[in-house]
Amino acid sequence: MTEPRFATKLPETDDGAILFNVPFPAELNAETLAALKEMAPIIVKQPYAINYIHSYGQDSPFFAGLANGRLLGSMDPDSGYTYATPRGHDMTSGAETDWVDLTGREARVHTFTVCHFGSEEFLPETPFILALIEFEGADTLFLGRLIGLDPNAAGLDWVGMRVGLRFRRNSKFKPTDVYFYPLEIRGD
Amino acid sequence: MRTVYVVSGGVSKFAKARPNRTFPAIVKEAYDYAVTDLGLEHPQFQELVDGSVASYFSDHFARQLMAGIMIQDYLGLCPKPGHRVEGGGATGGICFQEAWKSVASGDTDVCLAYGFETMSHVNTWKGNEFIALASDISFDYPVGGFYSGYYAMMVTRHMQEFGTTPEQLAHVSVKNHMNAFYNPYSQNPARLTVADVRQAPMVAWPLTRLDICVMSDGAAAVVLASEEGLTKLEQAAGRRLPRVKVAGIGRGTDAMRLADRPHQSYETFLKQNLLPSEDTAETRAYYKNLWDHGFRYPGVHSFRAGRMASKQAYARAGIADPLHQIDFVELHDAYTSSEIQTYEDMGLCRYGEGGPFAASGAPFMPNIDYGLTFDPIPNTQYPKWRKGLIPVNPSGGLIACGHPVGATGLMQAVFALWQLQGTIGKHFHDDTLQLKNACRGAIHSHAGTGTYVTVSILEKEM
Repeated sequence: MTEPRFATKLPETDDGAILFNVPFPAELNAETLAALKEMAPIIVKQPYAINYIHSYGQDSPFFAGLANGRLLGSMDPDSGYTYATPRGHDMTSGAETDWVDLTGREARVHTFTVCHFGSEEFLPETPFILALIEFEGADTLFLGRLIGLDPNAAGLDWVGMRVGLRFRRNSKFKPTDVYFYPLEIRGD
Repeated sequence: MRTVYVVSGGVSKFAKARPNRTFPAIVKEAYDYAVTDLGLEHPQFQELVDGSVASYFSDHFARQLMAGIMIQDYLGLCPKPGHRVEGGGATGGICFQEAWKSVASGDTDVCLAYGFETMSHVNTWKGNEFIALASDISFDYPVGGFYSGYYAMMVTRHMQEFGTTPEQLAHVSVKNHMNAFYNPYSQNPARLTVADVRQAPMVAWPLTRLDICVMSDGAAAVVLASEEGLTKLEQAAGRRLPRVKVAGIGRGTDAMRLADRPHQSYETFLKQNLLPSEDTAETRAYYKNLWDHGFRYPGVHSFRAGRMASKQAYARAGIADPLHQIDFVELHDAYTSSEIQTYEDMGLCRYGEGGPFAASGAPFMPNIDYGLTFDPIPNTQYPKWRKGLIPVNPSGGLIACGHPVGATGLMQAVFALWQLQGTIGKHFHDDTLQLKNACRGAIHSHAGTGTYVTVSILEKEM
């Protein structure tokens, strides 16, 4: 079952024809009524769009930080356990965490993938690189986009690569307001 | 807790799209099969069933809130008790366990577990978006929410830590697609080579399209009963039913965000996560060596939830040596990589050995020719692994059967029941996949990036 080199099947799309009626028996009798059980299903398109009002709640300072060129993590005040992706309360002590600035810390690729396909929202951006980033002194990771690498040259030598972080000047108040780029080129 | 028996099951045809039926009518197919297989008709069963648990993952896919009650209604089970459970990809496994609890606690004597998903109502990429909403929508989804991407990051780390290869992953794809050839319920049977899997379009490096399960429409139903319930069903059916009991259940959880997974010390791992079967000087030394080389647990390469679910289920079922005391496993192979990760969580091999375990042939069916040569890989290192040692996903698993999320965990229960009843030939019209003398099977259902995992042990009562 080798894949053909060029696609031999068109992708399905959601746009159908406008249809106002379908065939139906001219007369209803026992026979035509019974035949209705064999009728092909009527499939209609129902548009479904919403605006959703989402609050970042206690995580809001993280997004305010990104808008101002700072990457904030959080830390348990007693143990010092540091979350590179912030959370309001520590999972061990249950205590409220404190904000901590991770912006200048050394960062490395912990693991990554190159997405050649994606969810509908991100499909136009493919191929893109997702990476979990480790920060010096932080106990957990941060999920971000990694740019500046050839998506067709993925290899395990990207793991451990030192990366820098940049911020979007015009913030979108999304975690992608910070992104990563290689500080060293490996595998070329 | 009372003994709980799995007495009957049914599975609808899984397909890319089932526009010919609404979701209650697809569940009805599975329900009717389960009732008919008991030798009963609906009015008789309706009289004996005490309640139900409904399983479906996504309100977005269903676009119908309270879909569970619509099924209860359509099946003709009102006004009996019922409720819906949800836990991502593990919804079906959770449903099975909630039905078990209902019977074990004495709340019901006969409980019906049913589940479905209809994923064809949006295009594949919108479907992936819906699924990705089961990741943190503040921190994960907006970065490029895509489950195949999340799993690819896990296996990249697995490859880095342990030297696992994409070709070892591909063995799982070859196995599950080939097993499915003998399972008429499967959506996607195929005869593949390792090269076919690797040459398929890359979805999320290193996972290709043939490393990943597909979207499905489908349903499954399972009947569970107490001793009293079984007696009532047997009286109505006029025959003795095979005794397959639930020997133990286990469930584990982990942080929603992959990034938040701990990187535990060796000592914590020993204390919390080591399986009794691993508690030998040799295996402790093996793990100590991993830690000395920078391994941390669970990280993003291992599923702590799956380990804890297995540990709890094994303890309750009295399993000390899973590799030799379980005859087969139906596990949640949404990705070839997650099957390999799960071998390790379930203690079929140690952490780090999942790749060689797959390539050794141990999880393959003993009687099927896959066109693969199973390396007598470092035979000295793994002397006890041989082809067919513990078949994993004899049904074809999610990769080849399909993964209509709310039905999947129940589908596993049905296929495991039929294995233990020895009725695969009757239900599949082909007995190739019937394991000889199967006495005990494990089913494993898994959600998110390893957030909820259930393991249930089914056992033939001698």
